[in-house]
Amino acid sequence: MMNTSNPDLTTTLASVTFKNPVMTASGTFGSGMEYCDFFDLSRLGAVVTKGVADVPWPGNPTPRVCETPSGMLNAIGLQNPGIDVFCERDLPFLRQYDTKIIVNVCGHSEEEYLRVVDRLADEAIDMMEINISCPNVKEGGIAFGTDPAAVERITRAVKAHARQPVIMKLSPNVTDIKVMARAAEAGGADAISLINTLTGMKIDIERARFALANRTGGLSGPAIHPVAVRMVYEAAHSVSIPVIGMGGIVTAEDAIEMLMAGASAVSVGTASFHNPMAAAEIADGIGAFLARKGYGSVSEIIGIV
Amino acid sequence: MKYTMALVLDQAEIAPDIFSLTLRVSFAGQARPGQFISLYSGDGARLLPRPISICQIDEGRSALRLVYRIAGRGTREFSALKSGDEIRVLGPLGNGFPVDDYADRRVLLIGGGIGVPPMLSCADALREPVFAVGYRSRELAYLLPEITAYPEVLIATEDGSLGTRGNVLDAIRASGPKADAVFACGPAPMLRAVKAWAEEAEIPCFISLEERMACGVGACLGCVTKTTGVDGHSHVKNARICKDGPVFAAEEVDLS
Repeated sequence: MMNTSNPDLTTTLASVTFKNPVMTASGTFGSGMEYCDFFDLSRLGAVVTKGVADVPWPGNPTPRVCETPSGMLNAIGLQNPGIDVFCERDLPFLRQYDTKIIVNVCGHSEEEYLRVVDRLADEAIDMMEINISCPNVKEGGIAFGTDPAAVERITRAVKAHARQPVIMKLSPNVTDIKVMARAAEAGGADAISLINTLTGMKIDIERARFALANRTGGLSGPAIHPVAVRMVYEAAHSVSIPVIGMGGIVTAEDAIEMLMAGASAVSVGTASFHNPMAAAEIADGIGAFLARKGYGSVSEIIGIV
Repeated sequence: MKYTMALVLDQAEIAPDIFSLTLRVSFAGQARPGQFISLYSGDGARLLPRPISICQIDEGRSALRLVYRIAGRGTREFSALKSGDEIRVLGPLGNGFPVDDYADRRVLLIGGGIGVPPMLSCADALREPVFAVGYRSRELAYLLPEITAYPEVLIATEDGSLGTRGNVLDAIRASGPKADAVFACGPAPMLRAVKAWAEEAEIPCFISLEERMACGVGACLGCVTKTTGVDGHSHVKNARICKDGPVFAAEEVDLS
């Protein structure tokens, strides 16, 4: 008989088995160094790193962030140290922990993405996530993620080079997420993750100017959670590859909604800014929920609705 | 660095819209002058913590005094806290001023506007502090009883209602104080002027910067400042104010 007091939290995506379905959303957790004093990173299913490019990127001017009702806007612009520093400094740090490593990859062009993918070929990482959905950079990013032909092309190019399973991270700033999900699948993606942030704008009326130097930014936080659940549901029901669900998850209950909508795993992002322990607490909370409801495993609730 | 609950010991409005809040918190004894703490709203719709600099450290009572101005809904919410209330905090954060390097030296502490409070925590850790503080007017000149308890104090007000008429640099130029170092916190135009003045006077200068923050711990890269050299984290020229700062040697940052 199944022991429901100790439910099985493992989840498997593209032959990679995670100890629990909770990951960190790229860009909200660095490479984990800034959060390792708050909890043992081994409590996470995976750390998904901040996007890394082939060379260092300086990012956007400040202000880069502002608060909005139940959320925030950001326009960081993918500031990152480049793949060489990342491989020398961040990956050895993460390997100290018993958690999976998913490296988020960004670029301005197909060639730049592929340089990072090639550089990662001999690194012991578990998966890579290709960011084709950042709304805050002018080239690459969302420019690829809003055109299904481009999504399929870049996915196929990355798959031809990648040694590790590939997750394509999709943008919600599209008319029909199902089309984008199918394009990633057609290109050979091993999984998809969604949603990246929703493009927004805030105006500082006292100063009569944009709140962010970039004018627009990506909206995240609980304000976007119902949109994310809907899009994860639609995407999960239009492809046969696994989906990683994210967008406004603050509590275990939010994460469970995402799993029930069809996600095989979830990422916790902005919540870490409100509570540095959020991701670990959500992993514990999912276990407690499964036990309370008598489920034997996470897999029983994935796509249950 | 701890994410924990703090107990409100007292709070008072010490000038229009400027509040003094004293919190008992477990990490008070670890706090250093020039560091800050993040305060979290009790309203879940306001997600991001508010970074507030430490004004005074009372290790004996395990207490931190914060002096802040109401800048929006979050700080307005904090201003309603009463003795006995609890609030979630994260801290101590950032690096702080190099008070140990200058403990026995003569240090000019320059504060402008809402940048005055951290100067008081520095003064408490120095043998020979010299204050130079700037306010809009006498009515808005807060923390004066604490500051004027020190023997050497220069004051400027924009309307001339107290001290030198003009800004804090006008007061400094008028009296030409000698110092082995400058610690400064205040609005960007003031910091640019302080940096230029200290460069000319060939005095080591340390400035505390502020910027919109999200995480407060160096992960999100929201609050960066341009730097003159390549920064240690991202290897570009953008250092994290919350983690690599908020205090920087003036020559390290590009304030243009």
